[in-house]
Formats: sequence, structure tokens, C-alpha cells
Amino acid sequence: MADICSLREAVSGLIHDGDTVAMEGFTHLIPHAAGHEVIRQGKRDLALVRMTPDLIYDQLIGAGCATSLRFSWGGNPGVGSLHRLRDAVEKGWPHPLAIREHSHADMANAYVAGASGLPFAVLRGYIGSDLPKVNDSIRFIDCPYTGETLATTPAVRPDVTVIHAQQADRQGNVLLWGILGVQKEAALAAKKVIVTVEEIVDKLDAPANACILPKWVVSAVCHVPRGATPSYAHGYYERGNRFYLAWDPIARNREVFTAWIQRHILDTEDFEGFLRVHAESRPEVDA
Amino acid sequence: MSTYTTNEMMTVAAARRLPDGAVCFVGIGLPSTAANLARLTSAPNVVLIYESGPIGAKPTVLPLSIGDGELAETADTVVSTPEIFRYWLQGGRVDVGFLGAAQIDRFANLNTTVIGPYDAPKTRLPGAGGAPEIAGSAKEVFIIMRQSKRAFVDKLDFVTSVGHMDGGDARQRAGLPGKGPQVVVTDLCVMEPDAVTRELIVVSIHPGITREQITEATGWPIKFADNVVETLVPQAAELETLRALQERTDAAHGKQEGAE
Repeated sequence: MADICSLREAVSGLIHDGDTVAMEGFTHLIPHAAGHEVIRQGKRDLALVRMTPDLIYDQLIGAGCATSLRFSWGGNPGVGSLHRLRDAVEKGWPHPLAIREHSHADMANAYVAGASGLPFAVLRGYIGSDLPKVNDSIRFIDCPYTGETLATTPAVRPDVTVIHAQQADRQGNVLLWGILGVQKEAALAAKKVIVTVEEIVDKLDAPANACILPKWVVSAVCHVPRGATPSYAHGYYERGNRFYLAWDPIARNREVFTAWIQRHILDTEDFEGFLRVHAESRPEVDA
Repeated sequence: MSTYTTNEMMTVAAARRLPDGAVCFVGIGLPSTAANLARLTSAPNVVLIYESGPIGAKPTVLPLSIGDGELAETADTVVSTPEIFRYWLQGGRVDVGFLGAAQIDRFANLNTTVIGPYDAPKTRLPGAGGAPEIAGSAKEVFIIMRQSKRAFVDKLDFVTSVGHMDGGDARQRAGLPGKGPQVVVTDLCVMEPDAVTRELIVVSIHPGITREQITEATGWPIKFADNVVETLVPQAAELETLRALQERTDAAHGKQEGAE
């Protein structure tokens, strides 16, 4: 049953060193506040899973929280590279990061398999691609009915999935809308689920087919307004495109990055504190 | 005569190839620009699908990310990412997959993963994204990328997404459902795969570009079709629409070079 609590309590109680953690959100609703809290609490040895590592995992990787990453597209969208991810893969800084690379279709299917309680997913994919040569978890089977060669990929079964949503009610039922990505599947694939929300309301005003996670599949709901920043929350605020651009020079340099993490995350109490420091330090950048 | 840039020529030439009414799975960056130009000019009924979930997106500015809110707001429907890949792409409902890449070879196989060896890369690129399955399952694939010896290579460092493999009927033998790349549009020319060998050959050269320039910008001995034509220059309406789209985009996102 969903516990409505602070993000600090949720992260400290539910995420442990060595856990497999998926923080999902496809450009939209990326749970940045939760990522910061994981850094703030100094979690270590996490096995991270996420289709697009984005800034959220660039920060976690650079801050030394992760030992492995399963992903399918590792860029800064519309900008270029994720420099902390590259530094960890290419130079082992701050320590080596084991990567397992897949395609988007594979990852999406792997979350569906996880949510479905299956050990692996089947898809028509990867034929002719070199990815299976560098990732031995991608395999092929012959269809028992038609003989067609199909690809398989292991299900994603996170210890903890973290997502951000627009609303929860006071019982902890969660509502999200707009671009949904793989969040529902990621949540249902996990043993524990943390959801940060823009707003806690008396009643979710949602049509019958809305994307709702009932309170009994959610472990913790945390009220964190603007908690997806610099990603966006449809109906609440827009994507901080300038933040994504500004991240590039910050992440390029180890010292600049480390100082940024220290000032914006380690030296702030919570996400509200981050937003305040961010507004002071870069007033020209939309947070 | 209005003047135009080679990038504008490339985008316009690619947009013209998109048939009106086609269901098009769009990659971010150059493919998204060309597909939206097509939607605003020659192909008003094109259906644009983005991998984040929007189907029938009609954005007024170009998306900076694959999941920009405007794609959802202007779409006919927004479905989950698993549904996009399972029901719509793998289900065989995509006519054209529109892709870019960092490297391409003579059979239009694509690399978006690494330059150099995988374990010790010279340049680490973002990776696969949706491309491998788009390249496999879309009925046809269109490719748009700037032409240079570094991008048009004799041998790919890594095959991320399959083109015509090693040529001929290799795709068919491998059991791939789609027909594979049908056109490659660059800032210099338009290439199509040979009907038999499936090797890319130049079929149309952009105005003012020479064969030598194309040969110089290709990492293999590029062949020219018997009846190479000159690409029609960008028309005033095409340029006007493209520039207005770009201006609206710059105003919304801040001016920048759009990367994948």
C-alpha cells in the first residue's frame, strides 16, 4: 500500500546499495528529483536500467553511484553526448561502468516481459546488427510454430522503479498522462515502486482508460513539485531545453561537474533547495 | 533565383520523396526536419510517428527531443512506447522509416554506436535507439545524412542497423520483413540501391555539385547511374516553408545545431 512520505524517507528506506534500479520517463516526466536524492544519500553499486540515460543517469554515473547500465540510447537529446557516461565507459572515471546495450524495441519489450512475470521477451529484431556480438544477453530462437528466427532479451526486473507523475490522490493512487513511455511497464516489473508527483489531490479526475497505477502497486508517493525538472510535466511546466544545452559544458569537465554536484545536490537539503540554488547560479537558464 | 544552402537542398530533396499519406516513423534531427517539411508542403496527409508514442504528430516547431510535449499535443493519439514498437512498427503498419546515422556503407548499413573498436572506441556515439527495428520492419527506409569520407565509409566500424547487408537478396534470405533502404539523400546528391546488387548508386546530383566532389566525399568507389539527372532546385514555396519552420523552432528552443 502506498506510503505518502518525503522523498528522503522513500529513497533511504527503499533503495539499497547494490540494487537494480530503473528510473524511467521518455523525455517527459523524468524523475530528476529522485535521482538527486540518490546522489545526496551516497547510494553505491547500483545496477541502473533506463532506455535513455539522459542527464539523470549522467549525474548518477558521474557521482559514482552506478556500477552497471542497461540502456538503448545514450545521448543528450538534441545536444550531443552524455560526457559523464562516456568518461565512465571510456576512461573508467570515477570508476568503471559495465554497459549492456540494447535497442529501444528490445528494452520496451523487456519491461513488458518484466511486468508480465516472464523471464524474457521475444521480438523481431537485431538481424544483421552487431549488437548481439557485443551483448551476449541478446539471443535468438526459432519460433516453434513458424520456424522464423526471433530475438530474445532478458526481462527487466528492477528491485526498485522510480517514476514521476502529475498527480496522486490521498490514498496514493497515481495518475499520469501525455507521453507515457515505459513507466507503467517499468513500475509493474519492479518489486518496489517510488513515485514522485507534482500534486496530491483529493480526487483523481480521470477517464476510465486513463493511465493509473493503483495504490496497492506503489510503495511510496512523494510530493515533489517540479520534480521532473529539467524534464517536463505535461500540464504543469515545459522542458528546460536550455538546461540540457547548459549541461554540456558542465558535464564535459570532471572538476566543473564535481563542483556542480557539490553545490547543487550535496550542499542542498532537498529538491526545493536545488531549484533555489540553480535559479541563483544560472538565472539565465530555465530550471 | 533565390539562393539556398546545401543543407536546405538536402532537406527539400528528402522531403519530396515522402509519398502523401505514408505512415512515417521519424528519427529526431534531419529526418524529423525533412518529414515535417513534407507534411507542410507536398505530403499534407503524411502520418508522423515518433518512438516516444505520438501517432499523427503535427508539430508547429521541430522537436528538440523525441518526446517533446508538442508532439503529444498535436498527435491523433499517444500510445505507450511498448505499443509503438510492438503493434505499430513490428505489426507492419509503418510505410517509411526515416533515419539518419553517423556512418553508412555502400549497402546502406548504418552505424550509430561507435567509431573505432567497440571496446576502445575513438568516438562513442549514442547507440541504437529505435533504429535497428525500424530498419528491419518498416516497409521502406529513407536515409538522410551529410556526405563526407568519414561518414560514407568502405567498412563500418559497427553495424547498428541493417541496410542491404552484403548486397543482393541478403535481406530477404535473412528473413527481414521490410524492403530496406530505398533512398539516401545527402547534401550533394541522391542515391538509390541498384536493383540487383543493392549497392548505392548516384541517381541525382544537386545543382552546382560535381561528380568529383561526390567521389571525393565517398569512402568507396561510388558508381553513377547511366542516366543521372540534376536535382530540381529548391522552389520558393519549399524554402519559405522550411525557413519559417526553422525560425519558429529557433524562437522556441534557442538557436542551435540539432543533433540526434
